[in-house]
Amino acid sequence: MLLLARVLLLIGIVFAALLPTRTEAAPADEAFSGFASTKYDAIEKAIETLAASGHPTAEAVLRALEGGNLFVREADKAIVYKTQDGKILDARTGAALAGDGAGGLKPVRVNNRIRRAVTAALGSLRLMNPKPEARRAAAEAVFKGRDPTALPHLEAALARETDSGIRRAMEQARAAALLATDAAEAAKLAAVAVLAERADLDARALLSSLGKDVPPAVAKAAAAAVAAIDGRLAVWNTAQSVYYGISLGSVLLLAAIGLAITFGVMGVINMAHGEMVMLGAYTTFVVQETIRQKAPGLFDYSLTIAVPLAFLVAAAVGILIERTVIRFLYGRPLETLLATWGLSLVLQQGVRSLFGPSNREVGTPAWMSGAFDLGGLTLTYNRLTIIVFAAVVLALLMLITRFTPFGLRMRAVTQNRQMAASMGIRTPWLDSLTFGLGSGIAGIAGVALSQIDNVSPNLGQSYIIDSFMVVVFGGVGNLWGTMVAALTLGVANKLLEPFAGAVLGKILILVFIILFIQKRPRGLFALKGRAVES
Amino acid sequence: MSKTLRTFATAAAVAGWALASTGAMAADTIKVGILHSLSGTMAISETTLKDVMLMLIDEQNKKGGLLGKKLEPVVVDPASNWPLFAEKARELISKQKVAAVFGCWTSVSRKSVLPVFEELNSLLFYPVQYEGEESQRNVFYTGAAPNQQAIPAVDYLMKEESVKRWVLAGTDYVYPRTTNKILEAYLKAKGVAAEDIMINYTPFGHADWQTIVASIKKFGSAGKKTAVVSTINGDANVPFYKELGNQGIKATDIPVVAFSVGEEELAGVDTKPLVGHLAAWNYFMSVDKPVNKDFIKKWHAFIKNPKRVTNDPMEAHFIGFNMWVEAVKKAGTIDPNAVIDSIVGVAVPNLSGGYSTMMPNHHITKPVLIGEVKADGQFNTVWETPGLVVGDEWSDFLPGSKDLIADWRAPMSCGNFNVATGKCGGKGKGS
Repeated sequence: MLLLARVLLLIGIVFAALLPTRTEAAPADEAFSGFASTKYDAIEKAIETLAASGHPTAEAVLRALEGGNLFVREADKAIVYKTQDGKILDARTGAALAGDGAGGLKPVRVNNRIRRAVTAALGSLRLMNPKPEARRAAAEAVFKGRDPTALPHLEAALARETDSGIRRAMEQARAAALLATDAAEAAKLAAVAVLAERADLDARALLSSLGKDVPPAVAKAAAAAVAAIDGRLAVWNTAQSVYYGISLGSVLLLAAIGLAITFGVMGVINMAHGEMVMLGAYTTFVVQETIRQKAPGLFDYSLTIAVPLAFLVAAAVGILIERTVIRFLYGRPLETLLATWGLSLVLQQGVRSLFGPSNREVGTPAWMSGAFDLGGLTLTYNRLTIIVFAAVVLALLMLITRFTPFGLRMRAVTQNRQMAASMGIRTPWLDSLTFGLGSGIAGIAGVALSQIDNVSPNLGQSYIIDSFMVVVFGGVGNLWGTMVAALTLGVANKLLEPFAGAVLGKILILVFIILFIQKRPRGLFALKGRAVES
Repeated sequence: MSKTLRTFATAAAVAGWALASTGAMAADTIKVGILHSLSGTMAISETTLKDVMLMLIDEQNKKGGLLGKKLEPVVVDPASNWPLFAEKARELISKQKVAAVFGCWTSVSRKSVLPVFEELNSLLFYPVQYEGEESQRNVFYTGAAPNQQAIPAVDYLMKEESVKRWVLAGTDYVYPRTTNKILEAYLKAKGVAAEDIMINYTPFGHADWQTIVASIKKFGSAGKKTAVVSTINGDANVPFYKELGNQGIKATDIPVVAFSVGEEELAGVDTKPLVGHLAAWNYFMSVDKPVNKDFIKKWHAFIKNPKRVTNDPMEAHFIGFNMWVEAVKKAGTIDPNAVIDSIVGVAVPNLSGGYSTMMPNHHITKPVLIGEVKADGQFNTVWETPGLVVGDEWSDFLPGSKDLIADWRAPMSCGNFNVATGKCGGKGKGS
């Protein structure tokens, strides 16, 4: 009897010892077999199970899945992953695979849902990473994923975190995850308050999506928080529209300023002005192609190199046009219009024959990509660079017209051509140089425009009308007028666009300009003087 | 005979012989018209279709031509100018006397040429996905109808990505406007509220997407999963995707499914920020089937550039051209009336391992594939229909068209027969 009892006890102990290991192995195993499935539901569940299991290879496997390096071996449905140095490792054990496992490997199926699940899972695994950027990114990932299983990880991470910014991110992530659980009402109200403090679009999205089964006090607090965020965002949205308007205005300014100079000094309506812009854009393309082939390391400086080259190319073409065609048509505006229109067609077809009719790819240097957040504003680097660039160009032009002899002569000829000629200024030569200057500025504009628009032979056609609009509205020959006109039109267009749409907004702006011209035919800042009147 | 008379007779004989031989020479080839924009805003999409047609004609000539004659391609450039499409079509049919025309991309270009094809009774093979609501006697639609592209894409987003809010963004012309009408009716039928749908139109070549992308971001922050259904056409897509990347909108946050963006449109763009965005087509270059690998090899050898990609409209031309060749062989003549009668029921292989059949409504059967953009500019198929879908040009979701069918076989011979009233809307007329 005693022997039987002892044997039973022994069996019981052995059984009890075996049981936990079996249940411990099961979740990770399920996860790995889940990855071989073709159904996205199963793969998502596998990710969640693996992340929660605490398996030693979990983070490496999930990182491999994020990078598209997790595979199913066709033969035995084993899960393997490729490391950065090309080694193929077994996912379950982390051991290197015998033989060349390359044959018969099919990637684990991924779509957006799977990517989201992986980012969320990795987020909670990475909360204790020694690098602060990794911890911040992990907190953001958990915030977006709202995964309740990350709560214990977050508590542990918060206990060790010293950086206040990352602490705040982790607290917000904890609030987001808390709202998805069955926590007490007080805890949920505190979470809503934390999110209300964050007050951005992501927080608003979370607070609006709380669902119907929250306690009424929490729902009311969330609604109040959403209303407050909306009010704050409305102010930021208007500021954002103004920023977009300034960036559109700077583009218009760059395109129109050359036209204002040539129109002001010589009274020439240059319909080929858009093609100067196009030539500048193509110069940028050629510069980038040369750099790509000869000196790839210089790519980040390609735009800086392209600016003076574009100026020279466009100015040279401009002076050529002036000397050969426009010089003979002074005082005959209709003929100038027709002749320059014909020239624009010739230039377009010339570029088409040289470079082909399809669009050319102009890349953006790394320092001009992406955006940064300023309060509630998102400022994209490429647009910001263009705004600064336009301001610099405008300042340079003002310096030239104010403080150089050339500028002085240019102003003299603009105000009274006969008198200037009598004073000994060689007006024909000045005309050529001015035309060259105006075209050169258009070429520089082309460098800027190549970053935000497609480079094709038709590029100029999209900007010629806008350039004329700015010049007519702002007043001829006046740099300040051009600047004010460009900025006003840009901001007005962008403030209208959210309400009226892109097409109707443009139409309304055109109608406004037509009505304005009826009242003030000379534009905003008209040049005064008897000679000008005539 | 007098000397002058003899000289005159010899001259006349020589002239007559020369004329006769040129006449015979001209009758020795069958001309095929290619009507695609090679310049302008649509050149980015259409130039490669001209190239694939040249390859297909070349391949057919290597196999001995058609009806014992060589095929001769006639290429014209309507330059993304819609009225010019009609002029060039007339030139191809009346002056060049082509047997069939393969062409058009935008629906507005197709609508411009319809009267010409009807008047001169020629054949147009139209290879691009479109909005439906049309079935013409002289047109064969080898691209997708909305039920072969738009509807399955929306179903995928609803099911796999649980999308609850929708932005329908398109270029301002007939295809996006009609497709969005259909999609709006479909979404409302599925229970989506009107305030969860935002519709937006932009002109061709629109480059300043700042405000629109910001409003998409705002629309997507109402707490429900949001997706963009894009019918934006042409090179406006390039700055659109660039702005999405710049403003930090990732495909995992707000996915964009496009109907007019394929491998060709992605070829000139940096695709790393676009990974995860979607497109719905009936063919991807990445389809792993021997018939597709073979086609790509032939294409690279012909175009002498291993970097050129293949896309869905190219497959549509492949199918359409082979169907036309089969129909001409079946009818024994290139006469359009005979071909129209013989082409219904013709089945040719497609490039995804199956077969495509020409149906009586002048549409074909196609599989539907949803793909995600990969970093190398190719698509990764994430979902496909288990079988082939028959093109349904009269949408079941619009009240004016759900009772209409098209059947061009005798005796019905009608493009818009109303099954409720039992009457044909107009002989030879589509919409």
